[in-house]
Amino acid sequence: MFLGPSLAVSAVLFAIGTAGVLLRRNAIVIFMCVELMLNAVNLTFVAFAQRLGVSGQIFVFFVMAVAAAEAAVGLAVILAVYRHKETVDLQHINLLKG
Amino acid sequence: MTGTAMDLVWLVPALPLLGFLLNGALALSGTRLKGAVTAIGVGSVLASLGVTVFVVRALAAAHPEAAVVFHYWDWMPVGTLQVGYDLQVDQLSAVMMLIVTGVGSLIHIFSVGYMHDDEGYARYFAFLNLFVFFMLTLVLGANFPVTFVGWEGVGLCSYLLIGFWFTEKMNADAGKKAFIMNRIGDFGFLVAMFMIWQYTGSLDYSTVFAKAPVALAAGGGAVTGITLLLFLGCTGKSAQIPLYTWLPDAMAGPTPVSALIHAATMVTAGVFLVARSNVLFALAPTSQAVVAGVGALTALFAATIALKQWDIKRVLAYSTVSQLGYMFVGVGTGAMAAGIFHLATHAFFKALLFLGSGSVIHAMHHAYHATHAHEDAQDMRNMGGLARFLPWTATLMWIATLAIAGIPPFSGFFSKDEILGAAFARGTGQPLWYLYWGFGLAAALLTAFYMTRLMLYTFHGPNRTGAREQVHLHEAPWVMTGPLVVLGALSLAGGVLNLPALVGGHAWLERWLEPVTAAGAALVPAHELAHTTEWVLIGIAVAIGLAGIIGAWRLLDLTTLVPARDAKPETGLGRVLWKKWYVDEIYDAVIVRPILWVSNKVLWRVVDVGVVDGAGVNGTAGLSRILGWLGSRLQTGELGFYAVMFVVGVVFVLARALR
Repeated sequence: MFLGPSLAVSAVLFAIGTAGVLLRRNAIVIFMCVELMLNAVNLTFVAFAQRLGVSGQIFVFFVMAVAAAEAAVGLAVILAVYRHKETVDLQHINLLKG
Repeated sequence: MTGTAMDLVWLVPALPLLGFLLNGALALSGTRLKGAVTAIGVGSVLASLGVTVFVVRALAAAHPEAAVVFHYWDWMPVGTLQVGYDLQVDQLSAVMMLIVTGVGSLIHIFSVGYMHDDEGYARYFAFLNLFVFFMLTLVLGANFPVTFVGWEGVGLCSYLLIGFWFTEKMNADAGKKAFIMNRIGDFGFLVAMFMIWQYTGSLDYSTVFAKAPVALAAGGGAVTGITLLLFLGCTGKSAQIPLYTWLPDAMAGPTPVSALIHAATMVTAGVFLVARSNVLFALAPTSQAVVAGVGALTALFAATIALKQWDIKRVLAYSTVSQLGYMFVGVGTGAMAAGIFHLATHAFFKALLFLGSGSVIHAMHHAYHATHAHEDAQDMRNMGGLARFLPWTATLMWIATLAIAGIPPFSGFFSKDEILGAAFARGTGQPLWYLYWGFGLAAALLTAFYMTRLMLYTFHGPNRTGAREQVHLHEAPWVMTGPLVVLGALSLAGGVLNLPALVGGHAWLERWLEPVTAAGAALVPAHELAHTTEWVLIGIAVAIGLAGIIGAWRLLDLTTLVPARDAKPETGLGRVLWKKWYVDEIYDAVIVRPILWVSNKVLWRVVDVGVVDGAGVNGTAGLSRILGWLGSRLQTGELGFYAVMFVVGVVFVLARALR
């Protein structure tokens, strides 16, 4: 039931997220795009769970938990970088470039 | 194992090898024990001679039709190529063994006196023993590779002994020249061996010669190629045109070495090889004509150079080249016995001449040494009238001179006449051989002339050594004159070895060698001469020899000759002959310099610097750098770019996986 449309929406969301990660330069936006990709994957899990059993839905909780932890760490890093460099533009965060 | 004394044949080369090892150890230890060195050096060769006599007696008693082969160990067992370390006793190797150990012993004894005061006494005898070992390996080998080992070994010893006094650059250069020119010939020998293996599937003499008439078409390209390549090896080792120029320079070595290696034994190895391979040469008439032609040309050419040399040893060196040419006329004509006969008589009289010249040089050197003069002890212009001071040497050298000039009944007359007769007889079918005969006669005339010249300038007329030096001239000690007397007797009577039937002899050597030469002789049509023709030929040869001697006697003015330091330079043809037809200069200009130029300008500056260093070494490095630079362009440091590449990669892998 709705498996095809759900997967299509999921794919579109994932592509948008990927494009955002690749094309945007603002670290916050990229961070949000990563969240978008995670949620696209969550949608896929939920869609398949209707047919293959509940274990897919359990996975979604794990992903949400990990995403929350990641958001906490990621935002902390971005804040630290901003304090140091006064910008969150990734083009200027190139300290490790050889 | 035959159960006879022939089983002891391994001792013949082993004893000189033992002598080399012991004397080599003594030389390295820097000992002053000359007595021990002499006992080992001379004793080992004398013992080898003793064993040889027993072996040859056993061979004569058995008189087998085929060679007696002794297999000692497998040397090169490679698939179907089975080469063993095999020695063979047959009539030819018996003759060569006797010459090598017999003449070798005499020269070893002579060396005891000649080298007595030399610093490198032990080293000298070690090398001389090593030479005898390799020479015996050469003549005893039962297959081409074993002979080749001896062939290379004698070349090495030749190099070591020519450059014996290596502190003078000239001597070291002469050694190198000999070695390098021999290498050119050895290349021919090697390729010939490869071809023999390809066509007959074996390298053993008995198998190769048995298969050759079937496996190789008579007169075909294969057998002609093989024999010509073998002959190229012979021209190097036996100093024939075009590779003869090393031999005169080889006189830089001690005089007994010149006698042993560069007159009596090593340089005859080429003649031996042709005689050994007589079946192959009999199958290739073209090669026979080449061998005899080169021999005849060399005989005449070298004789002309000998006319104008002043160094006593150089005259003898060119004489050796010339006489080797005679031997090649003999074996090239198919008269193997005649060639070997001349090899034997030449070993006697040329060893005598060289040792005699050694005795002269010894006396001259002592005279100049006593008065601290720095004159050339080998220049005949500084000699003259030495017969008064060295009567034994003079008498014995006259015997050798008459022998080499072909005056009966001395040994050289019989052997030389036999070669010329054989060449003339072959002329009945092919007129080319008449030309060779003519060359041989002309060379005989010149031989008689230059040898008489050498004797007159050295031993007769007024003495030019110098008034103060004269009192110091004296005959050599008995240890040196003794071997001369033995060689003198051999030079005088050596002809009885092969007295022709014409004068009531039994052609003993020819009949003795028949088991070896029969297979080849069967392939060449025999040419018999009428007895009257033979007598006429003998008459011509003797007349020519006498004409040379008398001509020299009448033409040369001994009273006007001045010592070397006062001599005026030669002019005209005399200068050309004195300069050896400028052959060394021509070789230098045509071969050495172009090779040096190509090596310098092309091989070094273009090939080595440009191709090997440039394209090879630096090119590889440059290619790596370009690839590295291209790779480093990917490392932009832009995270976005990495991410794009990552996504592209993932998409690509997924596309492949999901297909």
